[in-house]
Formats: sequence, structure tokens, C-alpha cells
Amino acid sequence: MSATAAGHALHVLRANRVSAFAAILAVVLVLTAGFGPLLLPFDPIASDVAISLQPPSALHWAGTDQLGRDVLARVIAAGRLDYAIAAAAVFLSFIVGAAIGGACGFRGGAVDRWVGRIVDVLMAFPLFVLAMALVAALGNRVENIIYATAIINLPFYIRFARAEVAVRRGAGWVEAASASGNGPWRIVFSFLLPNVLPAMAVQISLNLGWAILNAAGLSFIGLGVHPPTPEWGIMVAEGARFITVGHWWLVTAPGLALMLSVLCFNLLGDGLRDMLDPRMRT
Amino acid sequence: MSLLSVAGLKVAFATRAGRVEALHGIDLAIAAGETLGIVGESGSGKSVTSLAILRLLDRAGRITAGDIAWRGESIVTASASRLRALRGAEIAMIFQNPRTALNPIRPVGQQIIDAIRAHRRISCAEAAAEALDALRQVRIREPERRMRAYPNELSGGMCQRVMIAMAMACRPALLIADEPTTGLDVTTQKAVMDLLAELTRSRGMAMMLITHDLALAAQYCQRVTVMERGRVVETAPPARLFAAPAHPYTQCLVAASPTRHSELPARTVSAAGAKLLEVSHLTKRYPDGTLAVEDVSFALAAGESLGLVGESGSGKTTISRLVCRLMDPSAGEIRLAGTPIGAIPASDFHRAPQRRDIQIVFQDPGESLNPRFTAADAIADPLKRLFTIPRARLMDEVAASAARAGLPADLLTRYPHQLSGGQKARIGIARALAVRPKLLVLDEPTAALDVSVQAVILELLDRLRAEEGLSYLFVSHDLNVVRMLCARMIVLQHGRIVEQGESRTVFRAPQSPYTRELLASIPSFAPA
Amino acid sequence: MTKLASIARLAGQRLLSSLPALLGVVIFTFVLMRVLPGDPAVFFSSGPSAGKQEIEQLRHQMGLDRSIPVQLAFYLRDIATGSLGHSMTTGQDVTKDLRERLPASLELTFAALILALGLAIPMGVLAALNPNAWIDHAVRFFCTLGVCVPTFVSGLLLIYAFYYLAGIAPDPTGRIDVFASPPPAFTGFLTIDSLLAGDSEAFWSALRQLILPAATMALFVLAPLARMTRAAMLAVLGSDYIRTARAMGLSRPRIIIAYALRNAALPVLTIAGIVFSTMLGANVLVEKVFSWPGVAAYALDALLASDYAPVQGFVLLMASVFVVVNLLVDVLYGLADPRVAS
Repeated sequence: MSATAAGHALHVLRANRVSAFAAILAVVLVLTAGFGPLLLPFDPIASDVAISLQPPSALHWAGTDQLGRDVLARVIAAGRLDYAIAAAAVFLSFIVGAAIGGACGFRGGAVDRWVGRIVDVLMAFPLFVLAMALVAALGNRVENIIYATAIINLPFYIRFARAEVAVRRGAGWVEAASASGNGPWRIVFSFLLPNVLPAMAVQISLNLGWAILNAAGLSFIGLGVHPPTPEWGIMVAEGARFITVGHWWLVTAPGLALMLSVLCFNLLGDGLRDMLDPRMRT
Repeated sequence: MSLLSVAGLKVAFATRAGRVEALHGIDLAIAAGETLGIVGESGSGKSVTSLAILRLLDRAGRITAGDIAWRGESIVTASASRLRALRGAEIAMIFQNPRTALNPIRPVGQQIIDAIRAHRRISCAEAAAEALDALRQVRIREPERRMRAYPNELSGGMCQRVMIAMAMACRPALLIADEPTTGLDVTTQKAVMDLLAELTRSRGMAMMLITHDLALAAQYCQRVTVMERGRVVETAPPARLFAAPAHPYTQCLVAASPTRHSELPARTVSAAGAKLLEVSHLTKRYPDGTLAVEDVSFALAAGESLGLVGESGSGKTTISRLVCRLMDPSAGEIRLAGTPIGAIPASDFHRAPQRRDIQIVFQDPGESLNPRFTAADAIADPLKRLFTIPRARLMDEVAASAARAGLPADLLTRYPHQLSGGQKARIGIARALAVRPKLLVLDEPTAALDVSVQAVILELLDRLRAEEGLSYLFVSHDLNVVRMLCARMIVLQHGRIVEQGESRTVFRAPQSPYTRELLASIPSFAPA
Repeated sequence: MTKLASIARLAGQRLLSSLPALLGVVIFTFVLMRVLPGDPAVFFSSGPSAGKQEIEQLRHQMGLDRSIPVQLAFYLRDIATGSLGHSMTTGQDVTKDLRERLPASLELTFAALILALGLAIPMGVLAALNPNAWIDHAVRFFCTLGVCVPTFVSGLLLIYAFYYLAGIAPDPTGRIDVFASPPPAFTGFLTIDSLLAGDSEAFWSALRQLILPAATMALFVLAPLARMTRAAMLAVLGSDYIRTARAMGLSRPRIIIAYALRNAALPVLTIAGIVFSTMLGANVLVEKVFSWPGVAAYALDALLASDYAPVQGFVLLMASVFVVVNLLVDVLYGLADPRVAS
């Protein structure tokens, strides 16, 4: 099985250059975030006002900021934090959301209706505003950005898992599993969720991009991450003051990093979808 | 000169695996006023042929060679505007799944008006009057009201009548009917086919009837063309075709098609044993209030095979789920070998000792297999749940069960999508047999299969019953198949039993009017 | 007529069933605000030197000395009477503040939605009619890119390009040029009000201020709209009833407009509702970038100042707008799709 699956994946990658590009980009981005800071000649935190606000040059590829720090060094150092926030948040909401949604979708009934209501309440919030309020309420710290992002992602996973499981609940092979002596819990966890997993993988990939944007957006408005910690959102916020006087690199460098990361995860998600279902590639 | 002639037609589809040829040179001809049947199993290319004639193939499909001549004019090289004028006005087409073939958010009357006004410059009011007349012609009750109805407010049979009205509205010279009654109940099928036959006769219209049902083609067509894998194998009048099929494939197809006289090879019938299943006053009301099954009682002896026959909505599938204990009855009792089992909740029945005694084979063999399980996993699953078997012996049991169901051992490592319909059906049977049940519920086990595969599976099931002393509760809409496999049958209508008795007796002398209607609706080989 | 009645009944049911959700929103926000760190009484007192007594008095004045359920009961009573409390930062009624600022946010959101729909639907339709042609790839590329750039970055880059480099955009602050006189308030939408007043100068000034933030937001929501249009059109074009229409010889424009587009509009309508709620959230970022005097910026300032009442009022307002928009979507959907009403 694994051999044929790998073969299929390779075939899809070869046929779909965009997905191959996204896969390579993902590896490059994660490696850069992981090992980049070790290789850089500049400290992302130490300031040197003598060289402040210099445009990109051979020495400082992305220029320097108002405190004379190397922008590229800060962008690379920020990657670790941003990816970690996004990954942790998505992981949390996926685990909790899949379990709750799966169980509800299978059982139906009163509990399902109540969970549905609560999900509706959560989704009735403008979600970014909810995240803002949560971070403010829980305390202005990085881990609370993770929780806030996880919570605003949660309703999507619950809804998704619930719908996917509910669609399959009536399938012949689920009835067959029941006739074969499988109890309800085993049917949910050994039959339904594994079948929903591939579709959820697509969701996870697309969500990672969204989580990165969300975390950066929160720190952009001054929540969660504090200076001088390098983080993309906060870097854009600091650079915003200088955009009307033409210091474009302060915003562009972290903006580009955000864009590339989100692009990469979105393309990966699309590629995964193609891999799962060739008919979707229309 | 023939009305339509197809010569050396080749059609290829562009797929990810490269170009695949679906038709390898088709020759056909149809004369004015003639009804031609095109019969074939899935993959024979019969639908592709019909779509190619109107150049309705999707983007991936292309006509690569050959010609289609309509009254001497080539359709293959026709311009887009000529094609548009031709479609609907000279050649019209109706499809299977009439519900999805109509625009769901446009009133059906408006859709007929659209078709009329696509070809004639007349006012909306005039077109509306003609559309109303067309609905009258297809004998829809209250046509004025139906004009404003949406497809979801009409039954499948009514939607097909609307489609026919639309197709007839511009008085075409040829009607292509692509599986027009597939998915409809047998009594509705007869009504629709009789209507089509009458309309084509009275208007001197030619019809090309595309179907998988040999008997249907035989009853309604003057000539029948048999197709196999993109080729025409034989064309002949039905009487000749069935009396003396020339091509081996036609012979096989004729032999496999169940008729009211078909018999399975004779078996030594084991004497009916003790009562195995007793169902009394069974009633099921769904939460939405529908009464699916009402006061149904019957009994089944060990080694016996009982058929449950009915059209859609008869409650036959619900009964199969209730007996299998996958669903809880609202009232009534189910006893297995004397033990009441109806009161055990379905959600707890997997722990009941009777779980291994009652197993089920499902209708759609593809849909009833977990796409992530190999054949071996699927067959092993009930063994793992209902027995404690050491790993080493488990695979032996799986292999033995597969062998009983006639599934080659080398297919056990495959996934459902790598297997054919017949092979998947065998996995379903092997899975049910693995735990050596006493009662096997068969829910239309062959309905999704081609007739040639169906014949093989039916024989397998009959042999298994004789050899292993199994009891069958066989659920089906196909009376011929039930008569072949079951000594006794129950006819259901709207959740109630309308007739039960020996299958042969029911066929010979049906007691209830409904059974008589059902029997009269089955397409028969003998040309009327 | 019966159809309209059944749609009205459905809409009514929907409205009733969303009331518990709204109540949930109110309670949830209320509790959330009460666990906010920092004592607002300390924050709003005269300063660090404020005496204990002064703070206690302020706490009493703000009702903070009572238990949370009691505070909640009072708050709910106030909402029922139309009062959302008092803002400590602006010193005004929250209801009044929100009423002043809501038109700015709505004008921005609607302008962005109209812009996005106006671009996305033709793009999606063109892409679906020519699958895998260059236009399809171009649309997909543009959409993928649009959804990847966060609004606060694209907004700043637009300012850089059109204000700093090209010099054609106005100073990115506020809704209208500081030297232009705003039109008499009627709808609160400056573009509409200035047109009503026949003041073309004010209209152009307001429009020039509006275009960049609206474009920023439109760019972000273009992708889901165009993608859904494309997917819906493709699905419809491949459906059985389009094949029927072709088999009956209907003309291509008639098939595309009367049959395909109208069916494809249904899922697009649903997505547009969801997109609208996304935009309500994204308002916070865009209003901050463009110093737009809307409700989101107001709530953000209040949040950072631990000022409860405006945040609660804002969230309740957003949830209500969301409910109204969804209701509107439901009614439109019911009108367009006969299957809903039956």
C-alpha cells in the first residue's frame, strides 16, 4: 500500500509542477526558520542607531530598521515563532475539533444539536474580533495567541468533521461495520475518522496559512508579542510608521515572508486535494 | 435511404493515462419510423454512441474517425449553428435520471417553452399553449398546475414525462432515449415505455432505445443491436436474436438475462428445518412520522430462502435493516431460533451473541466496502470483532471464506477501487460468510451488477445455501430474480404485505391486483 | 404568494433561532470582559496618585462592586432598553458612539464587497468557461496571491505605491479630506450623502479616501468569491440539465445566462454571506492602517484601554449585523431556489 501511495504521490507531483514547487518551498521555509538564525552574521535584537533606516544594500540585504537592526535577520528569526504559533494552534484545534465533530456527526441527537448551536454562536462572532478579545482577556502573551487562534479555528474543524462524518454515517460500509460487530465508538474512530482524515489534511494545510495571518494580525495591532521580539506582524506595525516617507523595505520584507508562507501552505493544500481526488482538479 | 446512419464511428477520450478509445468503429442505421434498441452492459459504449450522434460528448471526448449521416448530411462536420438547429427540432434526446436532467430552479413549463422557442419564432403565449398541449400529450394530470411546478415537486416518472413532452414539443423525426426508465419502478417503467411506444407510433417517429435490459429492448424494438466494449457484435430482430443468437457474447447475454422461466441448476433441496426467524407484527415509524413498515409478520425455516419483493417505498429495505438489528423497530417482535432479539437496542447488538448468526450482504458492493480496507481486512473485520482468533489462524479463515465466495486469493491484498463490481460483490459475500451465520439477509445483492455478473453471483448464492444449509432473506425489486432464488416470496406495498406464497404459485396465479400489475409490468422476451 | 409566505416563515424561524445565539454572544462577551486583566476603575481614575476612596467610588459608579451575575442582569436590562452603557474613553454613550461610527465601517465594507463581487464573478465565470486556458490560470494565480497577502501589508503597500510613489492617492487618514466640508449627514455614507447634497467636490474627496481601503479589503476576499464562482459554474456546466438544454438546441447565451449562471449564483450567494462576516473582522486591521474612523478601530482602542462597554457593544453590534446579513442571504436564497420553500 505505502509503496503505491508514494508512487501515486510522486506521479501527482511530477504531473503538477505547482504542488512540487510548494513542497520544495515548504522544506526551504521550514529549514530557514529552523537553522537560518544560526548562520546569520547579524543579531536580530541588538540595535545600532548609527546605521538606522538604511535601504537594502550588499551588506544588509533587506535594509535596517529604525534601531539599526538587520531586517533580514529579524525576518528569519521571526519565522520560528510564527510557524510554531500556527502549527501549535492548528494542531490543537484539529485534535479537539475532529474528536468533537466526529462524535457529534455520528451520534446526532440532542448533544449534536447543542454543539451545533455553540458552534453557531462561535461563528456568529466576527472571528478576528473574538481572537482579539480572547488574547486581551487571557493575558497579552504568546501562548494566548496560540489558544485564541486555536479557539477561532475550532468551529471550522468541528463543523467540517461533523459534516464529513454525517455524510458517511449512512454509507454501506458503515452499516457493514455495524453488522460485523463493531461498536459505535470503534466505528467512529477506526472507520469514519480515518476516512475523513485525508479531507481534513487539506483543511489543515489551508488552515496553517490562515493561522499565520491571524497570529501576525494580532501582533500587528499590538497583542501577544512584544518588542523587541522579532515577529512578522509587529515588524510590519513598526514599519508602517515609515511607509508614508518611503521606507518600503521595513514593511515589504516581513510582508513577503508572510506571503510566501501562506502561499506555500495554500498551494500544498490544493496539491493534497488533487492527490486525494483527481476529479477535483478541474 | 436510412434516416440516420453511422459508419465506422470512433470516439476517444483524453484521460490522465493518455488517450483511451471508447468506440472502435460503430456501424448503425435507423430507418424513418423504426424503433432500434441498443443493448449492452456497462462499458459497452452505448451511451457514448448516443451522445456522439448529437455531438454532446464532453470536452475530453472526441470523434476521431467515421461519419454520422442525418438524411445524407454529415453531423460530424456540421457547424455549431447547424447543430443547434438540429438538436431538439430534428433529433431529440431524453436521459436517465429525469430528476437531474431538468433544471431544478426553473418551472418545468418554462423549460418546455425554452425548448420550443429555441427553434421557432413564436410569442411566449403561443409557446406556453403548445407546452401545455405537450404536457397533455404525455398524460400528466392537471397540466395547467404542473406547468408552474419545479422538478423537485414531481415524482421520477412525472419528470420523465416532462422530459418526453419537451423532446416531443418540436416534433423531431428521431428520439434518442438513453436508459429512459433506469431507476424507475417497474410499473412506472411500463407506463413510460408504453407512452413512448404510442407517441412514436402515432407520429411516425423513429426511436433509438438505449438500455442494459435485453427484455425491455425486445419488447419495444423492431431491431436490436448488441454492443460489447465499443463494438457492435450483432444486430437482428428480437425474435431471431433470442431464438438463435449468432455471436457468443449475445448467447451469453441472452442466457444470463432472467426471465419468468429462468431456472438455476437443480440442487438437492434440504428438507425445511426448524423455524429460524419469526417476525411478528413488525412496525417501523421513522422520527419524521413516515410509517415505513406496518404490522408485518412472517417466518423463515432453517435452510429456507424467502424473497421480499416490492417497489421503492415498499419498506423492504427497512425490514432488512430491522431483521439485521441495525435499526430498532417501533413495535413488534423478532425471534431468532426462539430467542427474542427485537428488544436489544441496535447500538448494543454488536455485543449480543446473535450478532454472528445474522449477517447481511448489501446492495451496492462498492459502497459497502471501506475504501481504506483491503479485501482481506474487510473479510477479517467481523472475525476479529466476533471471535477471538489467533493472528496466524485469522488469515487462514479469511482465505477459506474468500474461497467459499469464489474470490481468488491473489486479490485479497487489493483495495476496493482496484477491483471489479463482481469481485467486490464476492468480498461482501465472503465478509458475511466469514463468521458462519445461520441467517443471511441479502439486500438487492445484484442490483448494481451487469446481468452476466448477476447470473454468476446468483448461482454462487444458491450453491452456498444448498451446501452450507444457510437461510436467506432475499430483498429485491426484481420478481424474476426472486423466483429463481426463493421458494417462497412476500409481496410488499406501502409497508404492508399484500401477498405471500410459493413463488411459482404467485407467478402462475397471483391473488392481489397489485401483484398482477407487477407481473404484467415486467418486460418479457416474447414479443407482444 | 404562497412562496413568499413560506419564505417569510422560514426567515422568521431563522431569526428566532438566531436569538439564542445572539444572547450567547452577549453573555460570552460579558464574561470575557470581566476576566480582562487590570482594574478599569484604577485605569480611569485621575492617576496613580488616586486615593483608595476615589477608586472605590468609581467602582461603585461603574457597578464593579457587585457580583458578576448581578452585573450581567443589569447589563441585559440595559440592552433591552436600548442602552449599551457608557464609554470611559470617549465619555459618551456607547450607543451614540457606535451610531456615529457604524456608517463609516459599513460604507467601507459594502464598497469592498461590491468591488470584490464585481471583479470576482466575471473572473470566475470566464475561468469556468475556459477551463485550463490561460485566463483560467491567470485567475487562479491572482486569487491565490490575493488570499496570501495580509490586509495590513497590502494596505501599506498600496499606500506606498499610490500615495508616496505615484502621488495620486490622498493622505491615508480619515474618510474625507480635512479641508473638504463633509455633506449633511443623511445616510451616514459620505459618498451617498454628498451625491444627495449635489456636492461633487465632497463626493470625489470621499471616494478618493475610500478607494484604497476598499481595494485592500476587496483584494483579500476576491479569492474565495472567484473560486466559488468558478467551481459552481464548472459544476453546473457539467450537470445533466445543461446537457438537456444543449440537447434541446438552446442557444449558448441562453444556456449560460438563464440556466448556468442562475444556478451557479446560489452557492456564490452563500459564500458572499460568509465573506461579509470575514470582512467585519478584517475591518479592525484595515481601519487601523488607514486611520478610518469606524467601529472596529473604536473597539480596538477601548479594548487596549480595558474599557468594557464599547467592546461589548461592538461585539453585539457585529453579531447583529451578521445575523441580519445571514437573514438577507436566506431570503434571497429562498427567492432564487424553489427547493428551499417547498
